[in-house]
Amino acid sequence: MGSTGKIIRKKDLSIWQKSYIPEIVKGLRQTIAEMFKPKFTIQYPEERFKPQPSFRGRPVLVQENEVERCVACGLCSRVCPALAIEVQASETPLEKERYPIKFEINMVRCIFCGFCEEVCPEEAIVMSNEYELVFSSQEEAVFGKDKLLKTTEELKDRLEFLRQNR
Amino acid sequence: MGSLLLISVIKFVAYVSIVLVTVIMLVYAERRVSAFIQNRLGPNRVGPWGLFQALVDVVKLLLKEDIVPKNAYKPVHDLAPIISIAVALSTFAVIPFGNTIELFGTQVKLMIADVNVGILYLLSITSLGVYGVTLAGWSSNNKYSLLGGLRSSAQLISYELSMGLSIIGVLMVCGTLRLDQIVLHQTTYLWGWLPAWNIFLQPVAFFTFFIAAFAETNRLPFDLPEAEPELVGGYHTEYTGLKFGLFFLAEYANMFTAGAVITTLFLGGWHLPYAEYLGLSPTMLSILQVLTFCVKLVLVELFFIVVRWTIPRFRYDQLMNIGWKVMLPLTLANVLVTGAVMLLIQ
Repeated sequence: MGSTGKIIRKKDLSIWQKSYIPEIVKGLRQTIAEMFKPKFTIQYPEERFKPQPSFRGRPVLVQENEVERCVACGLCSRVCPALAIEVQASETPLEKERYPIKFEINMVRCIFCGFCEEVCPEEAIVMSNEYELVFSSQEEAVFGKDKLLKTTEELKDRLEFLRQNR
Repeated sequence: MGSLLLISVIKFVAYVSIVLVTVIMLVYAERRVSAFIQNRLGPNRVGPWGLFQALVDVVKLLLKEDIVPKNAYKPVHDLAPIISIAVALSTFAVIPFGNTIELFGTQVKLMIADVNVGILYLLSITSLGVYGVTLAGWSSNNKYSLLGGLRSSAQLISYELSMGLSIIGVLMVCGTLRLDQIVLHQTTYLWGWLPAWNIFLQPVAFFTFFIAAFAETNRLPFDLPEAEPELVGGYHTEYTGLKFGLFFLAEYANMFTAGAVITTLFLGGWHLPYAEYLGLSPTMLSILQVLTFCVKLVLVELFFIVVRWTIPRFRYDQLMNIGWKVMLPLTLANVLVTGAVMLLIQ
């Protein structure tokens, strides 16, 4: 192709090529071959997708030795672009001195960006591999600490992934 | 006389139910094969392997609300799908799907109407199908529908010509307009081994007829009347519920008929090569022949479906170019050559 914009062909098409027939035969062979290839469909309710550790599912709080790691610094709440997180701090006799008396994530607002996980200095909030979120009302979509807490064993894959990739 | 009428009624009822069910199954087959070509699974939930999906869809269409646009011309808007479906169903009446059989002491021809101008009937009825589409496009009072209807009529008129002319070659070879006679003519053998199917005697006619059949049934690569990116839905944009269902059914019934006509005219109809040497009883033989017809029909339909996902849609000028500058001269040349060869042989 020259800069003049003139189309230069190696050679003009022969009548046989212009009749489309060789290309159509080629195409038919392709489509028929595709028919017998294995399918990748996961038939959802019976089979379920098992996400990789890099998957960003719903955010959860990490629970270690029966208490949450969270120190209620409020950074996640600050960074959340969708304003989905609400934290209320309180004092505790434990070593970390502060803990969230109330930690709520509104799952209707959450956009699964993972900023909360990135900003957290304690690695206390991480993205899990759960993606099935069903609610029947707005109120039900606000997850409190009872639904958010997950033990370190349950989140082992994700924590391992974060250790290696951050 | 009474028994003749009874036989006709039985044949008619059986035929309508069989054709309707087959057409519905054709919709299922299309969806399933399309899915497989695209590495998907397709409908597989309703019934075994999703076989009842199409039936359930028909029920859904029946239950939907029928909306007529405010500016549409209602009488014609209502009439158009009826024309479409009636034409699509009546074409099948002259197709022989088996040899003459003897049932309870009477000779029964396995076709609905034994018309002595079978092919002419077929051609004239299929050209009536344009009215359904064009009237639907016009009466909807919608620019997309109108364009779809106009395109359809232009396309059908240009391709009907080459369709009719390619059949002339077959008629010259067989020397009859009766479809059952044409099939009988194809049951002989050339040089003692090759079945004298018209696909071997008239390859050019087969080729042109096949392409014209794609255009007649409005299927890809010739589905310009309903080209979605340009025309929304084409002539049936303004149709809902049962009336849309009728168009949908007519489309697949047309495809079914086109396959049956191709089988009858070119692929030897119900003829299974060398089956008469197997020494089967007449009943077994006729069952085998009907099955042969079905298998051939299914293969042609499968080819229709595979082609849909292989060839992209033609541009409108390309479509007209192929119709008038390629197909028409080809068919005319075919008629000329056939005549010359027949004269030489005599």
